[in-house]
Amino acid sequence: MAQTPRTRRTRPEASERRFRSRRRVWSYLVLVGLAVFFLFPLVFMFVASLKPDSQILSDLGGWRAFLPVGEVGLDNYSAVFDRVPVGQFLFNSLLVTVLIVVLGLVVNSMAGFALSRLRWRGRGLVLSVVIATLIVPFETYAVPLVYWVAHLPTLLVQDGTVVYDIGWLNSYEVQIIPFVANAFSIFLFSQYFSTIPTSLDEAARIDGASWFTIYRKIVVPLSGPAFATVAILTFLPAWNQYLWPTMVVQDEKLRPVMVGMQYFFQDNPAWGEIMAYTSMITLPVLVVFLAFQRAFVSSVAASGVKG
Amino acid sequence: MTATFRLETPAGPDDGTPSPAAERDTLDAARPRPRGRRPRAARRGEARAGLAMATPAIVLLLGFLIVPVLLGFALSFTNARLISPEPLRFVGFDNFVRAFTIDPTFFRSALNTFAFAAVVVPVQAGFGLLLALLVNQKIRGVTAFRVIFFIPVVTSIVVVSILWKFMYQPEGLINSFIDSITFGAWQGTAWLNDPDTALPAIIVLSIWQAVGFHMLIWLSGLQTIPEELYEAARMDGAGTWRQFKDVTWPCLRPTRIFVLITITIAALGLFVQIDVMTQGGPVDSTSTLVYHAVLTGYRQQQIGYGSALSLIFFVIVLVIALIQRHLTRDKD
Repeated sequence: MAQTPRTRRTRPEASERRFRSRRRVWSYLVLVGLAVFFLFPLVFMFVASLKPDSQILSDLGGWRAFLPVGEVGLDNYSAVFDRVPVGQFLFNSLLVTVLIVVLGLVVNSMAGFALSRLRWRGRGLVLSVVIATLIVPFETYAVPLVYWVAHLPTLLVQDGTVVYDIGWLNSYEVQIIPFVANAFSIFLFSQYFSTIPTSLDEAARIDGASWFTIYRKIVVPLSGPAFATVAILTFLPAWNQYLWPTMVVQDEKLRPVMVGMQYFFQDNPAWGEIMAYTSMITLPVLVVFLAFQRAFVSSVAASGVKG
Repeated sequence: MTATFRLETPAGPDDGTPSPAAERDTLDAARPRPRGRRPRAARRGEARAGLAMATPAIVLLLGFLIVPVLLGFALSFTNARLISPEPLRFVGFDNFVRAFTIDPTFFRSALNTFAFAAVVVPVQAGFGLLLALLVNQKIRGVTAFRVIFFIPVVTSIVVVSILWKFMYQPEGLINSFIDSITFGAWQGTAWLNDPDTALPAIIVLSIWQAVGFHMLIWLSGLQTIPEELYEAARMDGAGTWRQFKDVTWPCLRPTRIFVLITITIAALGLFVQIDVMTQGGPVDSTSTLVYHAVLTGYRQQQIGYGSALSLIFFVIVLVIALIQRHLTRDKD
């Protein structure tokens, strides 16, 4: 491209190569050091979960803290199952998370479709409200939201009859429904959908397809990456919910895993059991992450480009 | 958005990169369709379908975001309690007066929140960029490091807080590590029990947990910079530092703004670490705005006062976000 090749200020070949390889060695040293920094607490957690309390404490002084040596076993895990209904907590979290993600994919993608591909009265207003709500942190309305859901009407089934009642506290719906619609998901979907050519819609319209059919048969199948992104970005906060369920769920049978932590701090914390419990609630997420790490990475990257 | 789906190298058909043909069509789609040509019935059908498909999301956003935000605004001026024998009463600015005059914890919480953000925002952003530059090198095995640095992000902050709480104990891992690298010269301290070290200790683990997220954001920004720019800079004899200063940094402008605003909002919302590790103590040295609002508003059941504190927090977040927007826009 440059007609007059300027002489690059290069070092002689051999020294350049040496410089490169020395730099590479340094890069690896730094990368490995950082990997240790990011992994050591988690390695410690998994290792400690296998040891009795006395050994966890006595191993703290050295490398043994990170090695599964000594009296290693699954005693802590069985103790956890004796102390708290882990299975129930895991089931609750799984149910809440799956429903938030699945309902969210449906509701938000339909809204994204309507906002990006259809023309209707009020569309501009809805779009600007969605964008405005992007910067409202949940923490700013968590307290009034508690008051609000405590006063919402609900229908209960009691002794085979449906009873009208007030208040959503202590239920699954209070953990799920407020988090289904998500401004950021709507935004991501509508961004993605607007890259799909509308000529497809028009062709389908001529063939007599309804708008919902176009959404379901044309746009959704072409938007795999957008659905993966939104699923991943909503899965993590749903599984990790803590502030909200501590406020609205007192019933042990309905509690999610993160709130279940509280059982271990009532009197003397049994650290071995705590590590076993935290390992159990972390492992599923880690496995999902490692299995889909490429999708995770591109989802986060996608979330970053808001324009 | 589409450009960012290219983060991983092999460009398969399903990685979101639109085909050239699709891109051409998109341009066509962006042009407004001629209005009058379509029959009115079709337009009405489209309008009905649009509204119908957006309705579930509109109803849910209204019901669980917009109404609660407005309700919080209204409740701020009342004596509302979650369960109360007293009737709901309008109390004017009492809650705000209470926050600013007779609630020392509120003032301390605001101060702690700002201190936390003032450290976390630049350090986490800078550290994240450094990590991104490291994992953006074309060397073998670099993807594995990306994954490793991201692992704390997928670990729940509740779990992370518990782990670090254990490590910060007087006889914990942190102190025994310090002890061994200083050969016993410094014995360490009870990090979370000392008002001077509790907040810094929480800052460290917060950055440890979240920095991987921003590493990836920076990385996707780095990968949009065309290689030719670096080649041109090298032709002009630019070294590593000059290449960073004259090519990388200016090209990262949009990423920079995004990283700045997202870290700031997240940092100002500090809550879980406090709730799990210190409950605001010792002597309020780690209480934050959100923690204080939840504590009074929910745990002490004073919904009205908690709403007022939340409203103050909201205004602070909004003002800071607008200031950042303004500052970053001015430089153009």
